Amino acid sequence: MSTRTTTQTDAGAVTDRGPDGVPLLEVDDLHVEFHTRDGVATVLNGVNYHVGAGETLAVLGESGSGKSVTANTVMGILPVPPARITSGAVRYRGEELLTADDERRRELRGEHIAMIFQDALSALNPVFTVGFQIGEQLRTRRGMSRRDARARAVELLDMVGIPGAKQRVTSFPHEFSGGMRQRAMIAMSLALDPDVLIADEPTTALDVTVQAQIMDLLADIQREREMGMILITHDLGVVAEVADRIAVMYAGRIVEQGDVHQLFAKPCHPYTEALLASIPRLDSKGTQLQAISGLPPTLTRIPPGCPFHPRCPRARDECREIDPPLLALPGGRASACLFAEELAQS
Amino acid sequence: MTAPEPILEVDDLVKHFPVKIGAVIKRTVGHVRAVDGVSFTLNKGETLGIVGESGCGKSTLAQVLMRLEPPTAGSVRFHGEDIFAKRGAALRALRRQVQIVLQDPYTSLNPRMTVADIVGEPFEIHPEVAPKGDRQRKVQELLDVVGLNPDFVNRYPHQFSGGQRQRIGIARALALRPEVIICDEPVSALDVSIQAQVMNLLGELQREFGLSYIFIAHDLSVVRHLSDRVGVMYLGKIVELGTEAEIYTRAAHPYTQALLSAVPVPDPSVREGRSRIRLSGDVPSPVDPPSGCRFRTRCWKATEICSTEEPELRVRPGGHHPSACHHAHEENLLPG
Repeated sequence: MSTRTTTQTDAGAVTDRGPDGVPLLEVDDLHVEFHTRDGVATVLNGVNYHVGAGETLAVLGESGSGKSVTANTVMGILPVPPARITSGAVRYRGEELLTADDERRRELRGEHIAMIFQDALSALNPVFTVGFQIGEQLRTRRGMSRRDARARAVELLDMVGIPGAKQRVTSFPHEFSGGMRQRAMIAMSLALDPDVLIADEPTTALDVTVQAQIMDLLADIQREREMGMILITHDLGVVAEVADRIAVMYAGRIVEQGDVHQLFAKPCHPYTEALLASIPRLDSKGTQLQAISGLPPTLTRIPPGCPFHPRCPRARDECREIDPPLLALPGGRASACLFAEELAQS
Repeated sequence: MTAPEPILEVDDLVKHFPVKIGAVIKRTVGHVRAVDGVSFTLNKGETLGIVGESGCGKSTLAQVLMRLEPPTAGSVRFHGEDIFAKRGAALRALRRQVQIVLQDPYTSLNPRMTVADIVGEPFEIHPEVAPKGDRQRKVQELLDVVGLNPDFVNRYPHQFSGGQRQRIGIARALALRPEVIICDEPVSALDVSIQAQVMNLLGELQREFGLSYIFIAHDLSVVRHLSDRVGVMYLGKIVELGTEAEIYTRAAHPYTQALLSAVPVPDPSVREGRSRIRLSGDVPSPVDPPSGCRFRTRCWKATEICSTEEPELRVRPGGHHPSACHHAHEENLLPG
């Protein structure tokens, strides 16, 4: 291994910790490898982020950047093997999760940390009714009777805006439209009143008018319940609309982190800068798009130095050798670029 | 600018699919009205964008325009000639002129064929375009045109990334030097940083070869970027048609307005002050669309007339471009 560095985030710069200074959920220097036929793929290479109560952290990245693997590690649903967590920690209210036993993890899952998935049709079981699936956790975890669980499922479906919840509770997933299935998934994730909700591309499979409905719903629920939300997405528009803070991922690491307004106004990593310049705009026709040349690296062969240097318009000789750590910048931001300060001032 | 020269004229095109039940004796119980009276003209060298949500009939429209599906009614004229009347040699000549780029670069390329076979296959069917000895060189030229290394001819699709595969699909569509390319969601399966590369490529090819595009997509920003004119589809019908500026800055149909206001804008500084229209519910079933205006069940402007009388697509009083709404009113809904 080359100089894969430990991250030095400035603890003093972080503002959104709980009253005792402990964040609600924290991912600390997480490293995950996958053993594949082509060799060892370094899927996560030092991921750090944290989320506080009532806060929305958006994890932005392209496919293969490690957004979902991080989330699955937090939830404890990573398939081990082929995956292997080589180092790092995940802490919920200061409690270490990666070393916790299965029983404790099971307690936390759903009850404290819940997750909604991108494709609601494959996340729901096709042979049980929606109401049964929502009520399942209430029966097994809260010891509710079938009848009570059913009644609570109706309330939950009603809360997420499914019309005629009383009738629809006996429907099967295939009888729901895409938007309704995603609402049912949200209802299910909220059944046990979690403090942290991880939403993994919750609207990617949906149409734009339905996407707007679901994002509004999630924002309302989060505000009401003071939940911490980790929103995983590749859509810069969605991020700009709902996030408080953003963590940008590239090739298994966080390359930039910061407040949503600052990050969009003044990106401090060339990858973020290039991403923002590459998207077509709704409010003008524009001419040529500033495409990012090349491809993301293959995770079995991440180039030495900065993983973005082969595609970076600002790359210099140093970038080929030094793997830049994620360093704190003024304003509670952090960037993993050797020239972040130059970028910030330019 | 020279006067627009129509290349493809679509007139009241209808495509219904029968819904059948019964295991042995099939009974038709209804029709999916996938495309239900669509008219537009594509001019030479321009891009006509078609936007709409899933199930609005935009891909069926592409299939019918490609003559992959027979229409239920209506006509499509290519250079003034009805494409559905063509048979034999005339049909083969038409197929050379109209090509398609499909959405999913993972399923639209045969995994057992090499790039040379995939891009060169059109020459097998239309040998008059490239004599046999010349094909290898032609394929390499095409790969070069779409920005792929010409030495990759003997590779298989799985050795390429999504963006590169979409380039292979584009090279295949270009092989016969068509006049019209129908792009059915060509960038929606690609990552953000790769989307821009493919969109730029499509723009460059259009300028270089004078292509006309029908660009079908659900992403309004992508459509605006590439299109000269835009048609908005809802449940099998075009509800509004105009230039890119007309549709995006002076939208008249409530559905277009709702679409525009639902698109998340990548600029957090406008998120507070933005006007938002939130539609409730989902798109109704195309088997049994609402009477009158099809959008009325989700429309906040709907009145009595909307359920009884179907609004036609025409320029409304006080408007500048055709829209299909009794209460059309042009508004700019973009932030800033």
